[in-house]
Amino acid sequence: MWMFLSRRIGFMLVGMLLASMIIFVLTQVMPGDVAKMILGRWAKEEAVNNLRKKLGLDRPLYVQYLDWLTDFITGNWGISLTTRVPARPLVLQRLRNSGRLAALSLVMFVPLGIFLGVFAALREDSPIDRFLRGGSMAFTGMPEFVIGLILIAVFALALDWLPANSSVGPDAGLVEAIPQMILPAATVSLVGLGYIVRMTRSSTIDVLKADYVRVAHLKGLPRGQVLIKHVLRNALLPTITVIALSIGWLIGGLVVTESVFGYPGLGRLMLYAIQRHDLVLIQACAMIVVVTYGVSNLVADLLYSVLNPRIRLQQFGVS
Amino acid sequence: MQVSKLSVTYDTKSGPLHTVRNVSFAIARGEIYGLVGESGSGKTTLAYSMIQYLPRNGRVRNGSVTLDGQDLLTLPSSQMRKLWGSEITMVHQDPATAVNPSIRVGEQIAEVARARLGMSRGKARDKAVEMLEQVQIPDPLDVAGRYAHQLSGGMLQRALIATALMTNPKLLIMDEPTTALDVTTQAVILDLVRDLLRDYQTAVLYITHNLGVVARLADRVGVIYAGELVEEGLVHEVYKSPRHPYTLALLGCVPSIDADKRQIELRAIQGQIPRPDELPEGCIFAPRCPMAQPACRRKRPTLEETGAGHSTACPFWRKIKEELGTQHHHKKMFTAREADKAGLILEGQDIKKHFAMSGGGLAALFSGRRPVVKAVDGVSLRVRDGFTMGLVGESGCGKTTLARCIAGLEKATAGYVKLENEELPKSLMDRPRETRRKIQMVFQNPESSLNPHHTVGDIIRRSAALSGNLSKEQIEKRTEELLEAVRLPLDYQRRLPHELSGGEKQRVAIASAFAAQPRLMLCDEPFSSLDVSVQASLMNLLVELQQDRGTAYLYVSHDLAAVRYIADWIAVVYLGQLCEVGAGEDVFRPPYHPYTEALLSAIPVPDPDLHQKRIRLGGSVPSAVDVPSGCRFHTRCPRKKGPICEVEEPPWQELENQHRIRCHIPPDELRELQEKSLEASPP
Repeated sequence: MWMFLSRRIGFMLVGMLLASMIIFVLTQVMPGDVAKMILGRWAKEEAVNNLRKKLGLDRPLYVQYLDWLTDFITGNWGISLTTRVPARPLVLQRLRNSGRLAALSLVMFVPLGIFLGVFAALREDSPIDRFLRGGSMAFTGMPEFVIGLILIAVFALALDWLPANSSVGPDAGLVEAIPQMILPAATVSLVGLGYIVRMTRSSTIDVLKADYVRVAHLKGLPRGQVLIKHVLRNALLPTITVIALSIGWLIGGLVVTESVFGYPGLGRLMLYAIQRHDLVLIQACAMIVVVTYGVSNLVADLLYSVLNPRIRLQQFGVS
Repeated sequence: MQVSKLSVTYDTKSGPLHTVRNVSFAIARGEIYGLVGESGSGKTTLAYSMIQYLPRNGRVRNGSVTLDGQDLLTLPSSQMRKLWGSEITMVHQDPATAVNPSIRVGEQIAEVARARLGMSRGKARDKAVEMLEQVQIPDPLDVAGRYAHQLSGGMLQRALIATALMTNPKLLIMDEPTTALDVTTQAVILDLVRDLLRDYQTAVLYITHNLGVVARLADRVGVIYAGELVEEGLVHEVYKSPRHPYTLALLGCVPSIDADKRQIELRAIQGQIPRPDELPEGCIFAPRCPMAQPACRRKRPTLEETGAGHSTACPFWRKIKEELGTQHHHKKMFTAREADKAGLILEGQDIKKHFAMSGGGLAALFSGRRPVVKAVDGVSLRVRDGFTMGLVGESGCGKTTLARCIAGLEKATAGYVKLENEELPKSLMDRPRETRRKIQMVFQNPESSLNPHHTVGDIIRRSAALSGNLSKEQIEKRTEELLEAVRLPLDYQRRLPHELSGGEKQRVAIASAFAAQPRLMLCDEPFSSLDVSVQASLMNLLVELQQDRGTAYLYVSHDLAAVRYIADWIAVVYLGQLCEVGAGEDVFRPPYHPYTEALLSAIPVPDPDLHQKRIRLGGSVPSAVDVPSGCRFHTRCPRKKGPICEVEEPPWQELENQHRIRCHIPPDELRELQEKSLEASPP
């Protein structure tokens, strides 16, 4: 079991390391001279050289990289170039916000998506199934900003139920922030919902056709028990993996949604940093996104292995 | 259990399909009723309609089903559900898919105990273990805690039988429960079912296509054809004096273990089962019946009782007796080739195929220590020109891998293959075109071996073009000639594979293999997915083509009777090695290798009077990763001699007529032991 775990964690770390190299190269090496960038295009040669020395840019690349990585790991993420505040608390606060939004979205679309998926599967090819299939396709295909704008138009402007602006204050508690988070979370949910519905539906249909489900019915088990114990336990495996995988996207990939609603999440911070060429901030955000993706992949992997006895017994060796 | 005048209809887009029509039969308490029919005969539909488990588009049009006085078909479905699993239970075909992969086997039995017997969690668990013990599972406590993928098919089927018997049902429906199992496992399960049911008052409906299984197990038998029962009676009567030409024909289709192609010709049935919407006007069997009269084609006969409990739907049943005598005669005399004059076509020496197992991850990759599956582990065999070598063994013994190594589809790990005395490159890719042409293969599943986008004509022409420098007309001519040889109408050339039946597809596969004019044909379980009647006609076809063309065959199968019929020489494979080689008649009589002996005694023979020796193998074939030391068979051998079997690899012992047995027991001693047990078997 420890073998398996350490191997998976090892894979994850290797992946993160590679990603960090790419980030380093893209942000620190590719744009050209950082010192020149900081000091402006017309800075004196001497000043640039001094700053270079100060920043350590004259050293070999790999030394710079290792230095940078150690700094990041030890929590020294530098000072934001544009806002002149330490990057770490800023990024972590945004991470917390993104995490909240992700959690709220998951709560909204996962149970609903699974329910609708199973519901559609049980009525395969009925009008309801066809409607759900078409609907989920439409929502996954629609850009997030379109959904977001429609939601704003309906629920904020026309009905005035919820605020259109989601710029939650930095110190806002979870409870007071929730009303402002509902619309962005709903936008994300509508996109995610489609995936979950289709995934659940197709795997449930497959499992419903399995011999062991017929056997379970004919063994005289109550319908509900057959559905939950025999069907869902097998049918939800791929869905659970997809959900775990989507955590990375929910935390680091919601640039558009966060922008539409002005929600202070990681995505919007990254967008800001990119627009202002704030390299320090870009690096910090990107690294955090890498870490969340890595962790969510690991979780997906582990969940799948634990839930599937075939893999569990092979890898963990205990029953 | 009483079924009367039951008719079932499926509503399809092209109109209603009357799949089961007017079927009546009864099963007494404690009786095993065998329902025999080919695929498409409606036997499974019949079973599901009895318990209200038809798909949505199926409905019972007519008739009644009563169980112990209770009418089942008028029960509301919620009431019917209450009978499922308690008074009516079922055992299905493939145990590997009938068990939920992510729930422990014990729990899958215990949940029925809770739902149906109202037991508490703990009690149900104990009951499950107790039931596993009753179906003779060694170490039931351990098995109860396992998942499906950790158990063999035989074990799983036992667990399912245990589940079905736990509630002491009034009716047990078994739908082809041994079809997916090996012949040795099948024998064990059949014994178990027969012995177990003695203690139950359960009426059993046993559905199968296998006449031999019914002969071994059932008290009475019903023969179903195209949705109608055509004959019914005591097993003994039906098998000894069949009163319907279809039953007679079915019995004639099954190859027997004491005769081969030189003595008899299988009685194939012409044509195929009519679809329920294309039924002939008169007797449903008339178009395929060799004794059909003009009257048969006008009015459909009904099932009439013709003797004590023996009914038939053939009004001319008295004539069948005369027909019986003429059964086993050759239309065409079989001319045996002289073995001594024939040269070697194929010689394989010490062929090995080891697969490195996937998995083990990075660590295994770096250390280079991956578990190795020794699928084929040193096989030497020779095939004479124009003769047939049969290769038999249980599933997983490596027989298919061996055939694929010879064909070059797998690259052998060691050893060599010589064709006409020339060593062949191991991989098909490296073999010259001329060699590739000379070895052709017929696969088990014609569905996947024929390109679905090519017409039948194209498929055969492509293969014919392999022999090179043939003009277009010559290719065309050969294609037509081959279609004729495999008895397919010429206009089939334009058809696509999906427009053909399974048997017809396999005919196309055979035609396309012969189009290349091969010297050697590798047939890998070519007919195991086909019905017996189709199988018989295709085996006749293979024999005939060999007679005409002199092609040598390597015929791989788990079906001993089929191999016995078609092969001149037989090699028995166990765990990647040969354990016996010899002429067909020598392999099938003592002395034989203990493994061959067990295989033979496991064959279900369609003769209720024949009492075979009861030699049963415990367990399943050991894993090819951890091959047993010494003699590979010692872990299951019923005639194990002593410690020597565990330590030392047995030598090849030569007998007369190039018959070889790989065993520590001297042949004379084997013969004595085996003949004695033949006599000792109960009358």
